[in-house]
Amino acid sequence: MTQAAPPMTGRQIPDRLVSPAKRALRSWEALLLLVGVAIFVANSFASPYFLDPWNLSDASFNFTEKALIAFAMAMLIIAGEIDLSVASIIALASTVMGAAMVAGLPVPALVALGLLTGLACGAFNGLLVAGFGLPSIVVTIGTMSLFRGISYILLGDGAFTGYPEGLAWFGQGYVWWVFSFELVLFAVMAVVFGLLLHRTNFGRMVYAIGNNATAARFSGIRVDRVRFILFLLTGLTSGIAAVCLTSRLGSTRPSIATGWELEVVTMVVLGGVSILGGSGSIPGVVIAALVMGLVTFGLGLLNVPGIVMSIIIGALLIGVIALPRLWKMVRK
Amino acid sequence: MTLLKSREAILALAILLLLAVVATRFPAFVAPANLARVFTDTSPLIILALGQMVVILTKCIDLSVAANLALAGMIAAMMNGAGVPLPLILLVVIALGAALGAVNGLMVWQLGIPSIVVTLGTMTIYRGTIFLLTDGKWINAHQMTDAFKAFPRAVVLGLPVMGWIAVAVIAGFAVLVNRTALGRAFYAVGGNPHAAVYTGISVGRTQCAAFVISGALAGFAGYLWVARYAVAYVDIAGGFELDVVAACVIGGIAIAGGAGSVAGCVMGALFLGIVKNALPVVGISPFWQMAISGSAILIAIAFNARRSGPQGRIILKHAEHRA
Repeated sequence: MTQAAPPMTGRQIPDRLVSPAKRALRSWEALLLLVGVAIFVANSFASPYFLDPWNLSDASFNFTEKALIAFAMAMLIIAGEIDLSVASIIALASTVMGAAMVAGLPVPALVALGLLTGLACGAFNGLLVAGFGLPSIVVTIGTMSLFRGISYILLGDGAFTGYPEGLAWFGQGYVWWVFSFELVLFAVMAVVFGLLLHRTNFGRMVYAIGNNATAARFSGIRVDRVRFILFLLTGLTSGIAAVCLTSRLGSTRPSIATGWELEVVTMVVLGGVSILGGSGSIPGVVIAALVMGLVTFGLGLLNVPGIVMSIIIGALLIGVIALPRLWKMVRK
Repeated sequence: MTLLKSREAILALAILLLLAVVATRFPAFVAPANLARVFTDTSPLIILALGQMVVILTKCIDLSVAANLALAGMIAAMMNGAGVPLPLILLVVIALGAALGAVNGLMVWQLGIPSIVVTLGTMTIYRGTIFLLTDGKWINAHQMTDAFKAFPRAVVLGLPVMGWIAVAVIAGFAVLVNRTALGRAFYAVGGNPHAAVYTGISVGRTQCAAFVISGALAGFAGYLWVARYAVAYVDIAGGFELDVVAACVIGGIAIAGGAGSVAGCVMGALFLGIVKNALPVVGISPFWQMAISGSAILIAIAFNARRSGPQGRIILKHAEHRA
């Protein structure tokens, strides 16, 4: 979804460069962090139960799985593509795990099949987008119906329940004290994706493609291969999320994780990634995930219903993007 | 031969083929009365898809249409409960839908926020507003007046009013898109925004107009939906925005903007409508519907890409040959 072309203006060269420290303070991440801290403080005053470490640990479950996908989605959006099928990949991967469970396969095989299904779905998206050159937004709207549709064909209105005990650890286990497996996985993946995007050649290629795919191709980047790998990554992280979610819920229905694709995209955009591609950072997405988690948890403690929270998340999404622009308009 | 190659002709053939296959299993499906029923059932999808079409033509997307529909439908049901006469209700829902569309359009136009972000946000806000208005309560058939429920179902010349409304909207769009300056502006803005600016078309204003049209239709469809199904609650038409986009994509509306036709769009919607109505008839579980519509979308995009992909180069080669 590209926007109207702005009138072309000559490139402006500033008289003085802004110092790195000042730039960091003015950055999107700093603003978001400020919002996060404000919400944290407000929450700890609003409810006496908020500051309990176990409660906070419990609350982390409502964003860790989505955040795992958001890291890969951030890279994909920075490269100028989008994957709207992630929630449907979760549904299909979870359904495959359920079918394997019914067939009597052991826990490691269930996990492997969940991850492989995610990879296969990602490869399918990647093939259509990178291989055949089709626009990713419509391809993944199509596969979104297709993947979840296959789940519906296999399961109908039924459900897979009765997963083995061993699987429960991924979604319910704790590594140490209040740190759940999912929370640790979130932290590890944040570091891995942060390094991948900000410290490797591959990460630079992602930015290059997002800013100008044609120029990237002429500078020797195998654009389609990078795109394909990015779709593999969203597929794989969706598979991981499917394993965690299936383990946490202990059941699979075809409607599992409905609407998550929008929450994941919201998380990424809230994290300062431009939906038009070319800019954004993993730390931003991490902070956005925490902010969304805190808002949801804090409001939950105050007995605010889920749909009202979604209004607030929606307003947050538009607000954080609209306010700086409004401010600029007013100052002019 | 060129007629056979057009996107619309292929889609029309696909629809006829689909009907033929269904007819072999269940001949009564293609009886005129039943086809009229299927058309009427597909009316909301056709109406919203046409609104979505002009938005997509201008390089935008409106994901808030289903939430807009649900909110307007709920307001219609509440006004009906308060004793407001039907014509006034219709005016209000259309105005409300247009206003909700204008909110999207103004944010895209004046603030330059990408439409997918704006409508992703307003989608949750509009639907959440229904909850704030109603506390999650339903408005059921017995709480609606008979006149309110009867209007879209009243049969005129063998087709319910809802179907006639869809026919009128199709006719209106055929004129709007092909015969008015605004209609040409939609194509110009989507086809080449830079060039559109130089020809004196305001890109933002045109996009905003598209959102207002899409919103107004969604508001109107909200009343039709609630009156026809005789129930209003927070989640009506949940996820319907994706069906609407799917109808456009299957109908050959280019998601990059600037290309597509009213006929294609209507046939895209009809294709999905026929599949939905035919599945139970031929004895396939309705659970197959989602996967089938997903596959149809993928096939449609592949077809469209094959047609429109290398066109620019072919024209050049053609010119070179002649030179």
